[in-house]
Amino acid sequence: MANAYARRSALQHFGLTAAAAKGDVAGADLLIGEAAHRTIVNIRGDGGDAFKAAVRSVTGAELPVTPNTTAAAGDFRILWLGPTEWWVVSANVDSAKLADDLRQAFNGQHAAVIDVSESRTVINVSGPSARDVLARGCSLDLHPRVFGPGQCAQTGLTKANILLDQVSDNPSYDIYILKSFADYLWQWFWLVGRDFKFAIRAH
Amino acid sequence: MLLISCPYCGPRDEHEFAYGHEAHIARPTLEQQQTMSDAEWADYLFMRKNPKGVHFERWVHSRGCRQWFNVARHTVTHEIVKVYKMGEPAPKLEQK
Ligand SMILES: [Zn+2]
Repeated sequence: MANAYARRSALQHFGLTAAAAKGDVAGADLLIGEAAHRTIVNIRGDGGDAFKAAVRSVTGAELPVTPNTTAAAGDFRILWLGPTEWWVVSANVDSAKLADDLRQAFNGQHAAVIDVSESRTVINVSGPSARDVLARGCSLDLHPRVFGPGQCAQTGLTKANILLDQVSDNPSYDIYILKSFADYLWQWFWLVGRDFKFAIRAH
Repeated sequence: MLLISCPYCGPRDEHEFAYGHEAHIARPTLEQQQTMSDAEWADYLFMRKNPKGVHFERWVHSRGCRQWFNVARHTVTHEIVKVYKMGEPAPKLEQK
């Protein structure tokens, strides 16, 4: 993990804190903001009983084995990426510590633990118009009867590769985006957001 | 635009996938390689069925779960007749 004093968020240059202070959050039907510096640890393994037990011992969460689903417990959230691949994410647990704990729990197993926190930032999109905005750049059906909290998906959003995680049925979505694409995606939201009552929310 | 059903993720837009060419081409075993002629190597490396009809091919869900799988697709109508996992044999289909 980078030293805290040296850490810049991928969208810091847009001055989001100042913009959030000026916005009409109460009157908005679309809120966007950056949830920067999230801990993301990639884990690989067979997803069998021993692997599940190791994940449970560190996170308290049950490994989601159904494709494109998530599990949450305490400070942790686990996202399904593939039949042998998951992310363990956290807003407040140190990534180096989490990676160490997982590595120890997997000791003796055929498994891999990689701290990928610095690769991505998270753009959170919420509010009654969030679905309409995402529909302009994403081919997934996000209608509540098809996609809801507890589900995640890796897909494309206006040509950028994203991981979409619905965190609540407000609705609110966490969009994991490579830092090198974050500027582009933010500007796209800025452009599309003008058709809605949108405000920037500080995270 | 094709709508392809990933065996893991379900129906997704074609632009989430990458094409992997003809399926079920087995690499010659080490034993076979000792005695293979140039013509047999050329057949393995280059010769493809290229049918006008149902083609068995590989796709990878590159923007999604990154898994490879097989698709039986009609090369004229683009109808996807069947999607099946890696390692499964090609399905027997009625000729269209
Ligand atoms: Zn998939």
